[in-house]
Amino acid sequence: MTLRPRRAKSKLASSFRTPLWHRVAERTIALLALAAVLAIALIFVFIAREAVPMLWEAEFAEEVQIRDLFFAKEWRGYDEPVFVWQPVGEPAKFNVMPLFIGSLKVTLLAMLMSIPLGVGCAMFIALYAPRAVREVVKPAIELLASIPSVVLGFFALMVLASWAQATFGFHFRLNAVVAAIGLALTIVPVIFTISEDAIQSVPSTLTEAALALGARKYQVALRVVLPAAIPGIAAGVVLGFGRAIGETMIVLMASGNAAIMELFDFTTSVRTVTATIAAELGEVAQGDPHWRVLFLLGVMLFAVTFVLNILGDLFIQRLQKKLTAS
Amino acid sequence: MKYTKKDWLLAGLTGVSLAVILLLLAVLLGQIVWHGAPVISAEFLTESPDADMISGGIWPAIYGTVFMTLLMTIAGVPVGIATAIYLSEYASPHSRIAKMVRIAVNNLAGVPSIVFGLFGLGFFIIFVGGSMDAILYDDTTPVWGKPSILWASLTLAVLTLPVVIVTTEEALRTVPREFRDASLALGATRFQTVYKIVLPNAKGGILTGVILAVSRGAGEVAPIIFCGAANFLPYLPTDLRDMFMHLGYHVYALATQSPNVDAARPTLFGTVLVLLVLTFSLNLLAVIIRARSRAAFRS
Repeated sequence: MTLRPRRAKSKLASSFRTPLWHRVAERTIALLALAAVLAIALIFVFIAREAVPMLWEAEFAEEVQIRDLFFAKEWRGYDEPVFVWQPVGEPAKFNVMPLFIGSLKVTLLAMLMSIPLGVGCAMFIALYAPRAVREVVKPAIELLASIPSVVLGFFALMVLASWAQATFGFHFRLNAVVAAIGLALTIVPVIFTISEDAIQSVPSTLTEAALALGARKYQVALRVVLPAAIPGIAAGVVLGFGRAIGETMIVLMASGNAAIMELFDFTTSVRTVTATIAAELGEVAQGDPHWRVLFLLGVMLFAVTFVLNILGDLFIQRLQKKLTAS
Repeated sequence: MKYTKKDWLLAGLTGVSLAVILLLLAVLLGQIVWHGAPVISAEFLTESPDADMISGGIWPAIYGTVFMTLLMTIAGVPVGIATAIYLSEYASPHSRIAKMVRIAVNNLAGVPSIVFGLFGLGFFIIFVGGSMDAILYDDTTPVWGKPSILWASLTLAVLTLPVVIVTTEEALRTVPREFRDASLALGATRFQTVYKIVLPNAKGGILTGVILAVSRGAGEVAPIIFCGAANFLPYLPTDLRDMFMHLGYHVYALATQSPNVDAARPTLFGTVLVLLVLTFSLNLLAVIIRARSRAAFRS
């Protein structure tokens, strides 16, 4: 017979048993740990629950055709098929393309500004900056990261917009460029932090070997450190992109919010997916076709950021593997 | 080492990008302090706004922000700490569940804030609140199934969960392994070790996480737009089912929906300054506590 102290009936053995309330507490902890998983599932299910009825509801079918959500249509009074988002028009037009274009335009522009700035800062801090500078800059960027987005939106709306119009002579005071500068302020800390981590974690054996072979410092930076840190920088870029496309308050306040189908002109106003949800949902009756479309936008936004997050994680894992292998 | 021209060029270019960021940060803070500071007065901080929202104080917005953040902390922090304890003390690093939880936490941190707003509306208000109304009351006027400070706080509790989890787990991992081994060797159960040895030693780090979560939650506006924030309320929220005023939402509403933005400018800058001071002092507190608890382990 094997000895099993837990089940033994002697008095001595039972005094060693874990008290009941310890086991209850441990079970509770394990259960609570599932909260994050549950939250992700609930978010998806309960946003989809408000959007999906559009597939069968008669009220929705009467007003909107699902095809028209994505494809151009020749509405009465137009000479050609167009993409229009006019939820209060008669008839209401819910084409999500102008919103997608708006989101992409602002996001891409913000990325164009923040990738060089963020990676540049990270390289300067990791490779060139004296210790004293580093110890001032890192908290400063943390400070920037902690500024609430409504404050950045306010800054873009009140200060940046007027400055940009005076400097560049924009026709519209609030436009994609102003919103993108505001957005860049939230993304730079993301890209900076992850890139800096990645650059710092490049093993010094690599850089020392390169220096010993006679490489100049800039050659080490550009040909050894940067390539080794690329997965980390890519992770920063992907996560920054996800943050930018989901950012609401800055674009809501500083982009002008006009849903214009304009691909290349960055000085016009834009209306993003996030700003549309934030601005319109408050005035829509529950269950209305407009309501369903706004929740559909939410589902898409959730799906896009979900994929971007997984991608970012993959890049970080690859970086860790690469650096531990070398 | 001797720097060549190309070295100076690279250092210069990267240095410029740093300078641009620091300049923008300086202009932002400078503008807000410069225009906001003259507005701050005892009356501004302690009085209610007048009906036009432009004159008068912002006390209800301060009160609402603090009240909501408090509720959020009570609801979210215990769950976050429990998750971190599970991940760091109980789960084996290769367990499937721990991996799943980690992926979920990472993703939760990346969900856009406006999506949390939709979630709060669709889940808390319509589903939970609506079901409570259907069960508790025959009446059709919603009692729980409408925007309120309770639902806004719970929504933000979910939003800040990843912050609490990540920082707490980090804090738990800094507790040296020898502490746990010694405790277990003396005959303490695993739970006693966690409860009496690991948690007290990680107190500082956990507090840091809580404060960071509070600071994040206090500044978020997008999730509460449809979940309970009110444009203008003449009274302070006393019940969980009341709506509330919020500093960030006040800034948004005043800056974009006010008929006379120029007249609202001073109030706006003042409100933004108060919000910034609130979040910065919380972050500063977090930094100090973190530095102290790290120093404690080194000695």
